[in-house]
Amino acid sequence: MSAVLQAAAPRQRVHWSDRVAQLLLAAIAAALATFLAGPLVALLAQSVQAKSGEFVALDNFFAYFGTPALADSLWNSVWTSLVVTAVVLPTAFAFAYALTRSCMPWKGAFRTVALTPLLAPSLLSAIAFIYWFGNQGVLKGWMQALGVEQVYGAPGIILSQLFSVFPHALMILVTALSLADARLYEAADALGTSAARKFVTITLPGAKYGIASAAMVTFTLVITDFGIPKVIGGNFNVLSTDVFKLVIGQQDFPKGAVVALFLLAPALLTFVVDRMVQRKQTSMLTARAVPYAPQPSLGRDAAMTAVCSIVVLLMLAVAGMAVFASCVKFWPYDLSFSLRHYAFGIVDGEVNTAMINSVVLALWTAVAGTAIVFTGAYLMEKTRGAQWLRAPVQLLSLVPMAVPGLVLGLGYIFFFNARQNPLNFLYHTMAILVLCTIVHFYTTGHLTAVTALKALDAEFESVAASLKVPFWKTFWRVTLPICTPALIDISRYFFINAMTTISAVVFLYSPDTRLVSVTILHLDEAGEIGAAAAMAVLIAATSLAVCILYLGLGRLAERRTQAWRLTK
Amino acid sequence: MAGSAEPFLRLEGIRKDFGAFTALHDIRLEVTQGEFVCFLGPSGCGKTTLLRIIAGLEAQSAGSIHQGGRDISTLPPAQRDYGIVFQSYALFPNLSVFDNVAYGLVNRRAGRAAIAARVAELLKLVGLPEAGAKFPAQLSGGEQQRIALVRALATSPGLLLLDEPLSALDAIVRVHLRQEIRALQVRLGVTTVMVTHDQEEALSMADRIVVMNQGVIDQVGTPLQVYREPATPFVADFVGKVNMLAGTVEAPGRVRIGARSFACASCNGSAGRNVRAYLRPEDIVARPIAEGDANIIESKIEKIEFLGSYCLVRVAAPELEGQALTVYLSLSYLSEMGLESGGSMKLRILAERMRVFDA
Repeated sequence: MSAVLQAAAPRQRVHWSDRVAQLLLAAIAAALATFLAGPLVALLAQSVQAKSGEFVALDNFFAYFGTPALADSLWNSVWTSLVVTAVVLPTAFAFAYALTRSCMPWKGAFRTVALTPLLAPSLLSAIAFIYWFGNQGVLKGWMQALGVEQVYGAPGIILSQLFSVFPHALMILVTALSLADARLYEAADALGTSAARKFVTITLPGAKYGIASAAMVTFTLVITDFGIPKVIGGNFNVLSTDVFKLVIGQQDFPKGAVVALFLLAPALLTFVVDRMVQRKQTSMLTARAVPYAPQPSLGRDAAMTAVCSIVVLLMLAVAGMAVFASCVKFWPYDLSFSLRHYAFGIVDGEVNTAMINSVVLALWTAVAGTAIVFTGAYLMEKTRGAQWLRAPVQLLSLVPMAVPGLVLGLGYIFFFNARQNPLNFLYHTMAILVLCTIVHFYTTGHLTAVTALKALDAEFESVAASLKVPFWKTFWRVTLPICTPALIDISRYFFINAMTTISAVVFLYSPDTRLVSVTILHLDEAGEIGAAAAMAVLIAATSLAVCILYLGLGRLAERRTQAWRLTK
Repeated sequence: MAGSAEPFLRLEGIRKDFGAFTALHDIRLEVTQGEFVCFLGPSGCGKTTLLRIIAGLEAQSAGSIHQGGRDISTLPPAQRDYGIVFQSYALFPNLSVFDNVAYGLVNRRAGRAAIAARVAELLKLVGLPEAGAKFPAQLSGGEQQRIALVRALATSPGLLLLDEPLSALDAIVRVHLRQEIRALQVRLGVTTVMVTHDQEEALSMADRIVVMNQGVIDQVGTPLQVYREPATPFVADFVGKVNMLAGTVEAPGRVRIGARSFACASCNGSAGRNVRAYLRPEDIVARPIAEGDANIIESKIEKIEFLGSYCLVRVAAPELEGQALTVYLSLSYLSEMGLESGGSMKLRILAERMRVFDA
């Protein structure tokens, strides 16, 4: 039969309730286009324009490489990131191995301490290292004995980054190592395989995708981080501080855009590799795999405990120094207890309003972000029709992971600060901070929601349609209650990140919407490092309190919505 | 189809393309009111796609569907009239059994008491009157599937669609539940379409079986027709065990296999043509063996597979060019005759039962 003779395919009429879902999906698509694609396009456009606005093709890129200082920054960024990755990866692997494959005691405590850096802005560690090794640092002499003249610069950046990216690498590796099939180890044992050979032939290959992913993520986090080099970088220039100087200091937007694009490149690469890796990792473990349970082994467990103890003690030394320094009267001369840094920060630094702003931002992000992300994921996973919208929405939901905060923030300036943009009124408002933060952390929330939704039977919606129940009733009565734990996770993730983020919002706040995390930078610049430490500790304390609140909320929700899981 | 009455469900020229791949080709089918029809075929034959098209969960690329005299070809699922049961049960895990069964009733704004009465009636119908307050996870697989069944029937739909409803259950429950579903369907008189890849299930439950292969309907018929008179080699092979013998047409109504010639009505075509004759194991019998019967062959026992009360016996027939045959023989017959591997025996071929197709 020739194609010409075929009648057009009969089109199914769209039920009005499906129409509602499609309109909502279109709204999500429009929002992502406006608040993600728009700024990124504006950034790209900016990079090929002269300051005056005319099109100059790649001139800005040539000019960049013609400026030796800027090209040096590129090299500085790359090599420090490589060093950090090379050190973090084996350490985090050993730690993750201890948590998943040994019978080490106090696993919960080790894990909790190792994850604490997530609660504070990354620059907390930089402040702590200034107290340890800075001009008036406690161990400055030791450092100089090792031949390092001063901590400001590459040494400080590397040390601080080690601390702040460790939990990110750890989480990925723990996930990778917990996906083990006990049957492989049993088969190896039955064949009389040595422990070393099992490690090389089963454990490492099983975790290789996780290792690759952890390496890429670590590298990207380090190269795109802004807070640490700002605080402890001294005269050692890196890409992220260059962006800030070019845009905020010199108002050279085109060149700032060029540098931002350099930051986007490794992140994009990481993103692509990570997606490929994820696909392979999940397909590796079949439904029939038997979960691996480690057996006690004195030598290994003792060694693992020793390694983890050293790591945890070092981390406590960093975090503890920040807390300690924030509570002393006058470093290093009068070490008696005092809350004067807190008082100074809160009163003189106007941190009281900044603190309120930060909490308001975090609350809005947690509530609106969760609602938007979950709705988007639900519409993508569980509703029918509007096929043409689905691929773009899918892509836009994943792209934020590949966009460093600095790049996103810069894009927001170019996009929303443009006078001809009808959304210009958003500029310098709390709303734009909320929107930017939601977009910045969209992907992780989206993936969490998708995972939760995928665990639901794909036929719920078909059954509901056959029973003539509109989709939102099923959403309300079934989908939402079952997914409550995931919703709580997403919401906590948004809250903590909104509290601690600096990179995107540093370009977008106004005098009325100053945030605590940004205030730390200002206090540090003003030489008030004690107050800066105090404020970083304050953020960490807030995050911690919120985490505990969420824990309670989770327990409550579990009792109310998950009762059906516990019965049997 | 009985009389000229309009069929309850009529599919005309249904085609489904997935990109360049055509999953269903020009499907035509009529189902009468109250009938139980099974779509039977291997995985990937398009049977589930066809069911989902009837349900409106997939849109056909061409063709029309009429149900109860109404053209439903372009209606969304919510505007069609059916209840559906999936292999996975798809019970809402966080709702009680009562709420699951009442799920479609609540939406009809029936009174609370009326709903409670209807749910109680339905739960009793499947022998689970006490289950209302439990969560689905507290029930066994078979019980969950019964609940899914009454949830689909709660609103008294005109059509019941079953998508491999028994495949996730273990063997004993499966056999039990298939009789239960059939009895319920007969009692309620609801027109039912079931998809299955299990031929035993289809043979034991259906009024008519629709055998599908690679997106095409190979045969529609009663279970006995499909089994006894398969329309294509695929049907003969897929439904039940079968022996396949290579031969040639000797004359219309006569097939030659090796040195022997058999009378067989289904053998037609020109003489000399290569054919394949399909013969069920039970159509080769060990007794009675009468002298002079043209259908008796000598055979040598190659292997006896013990399956309990009967055995699967593989024999080679020198007169049929040594082609192998599989025969069912009762254990008591084997021991009575003292037959074992390597021995030889006479077998009678019920040649009229042979189905002959072009090779």
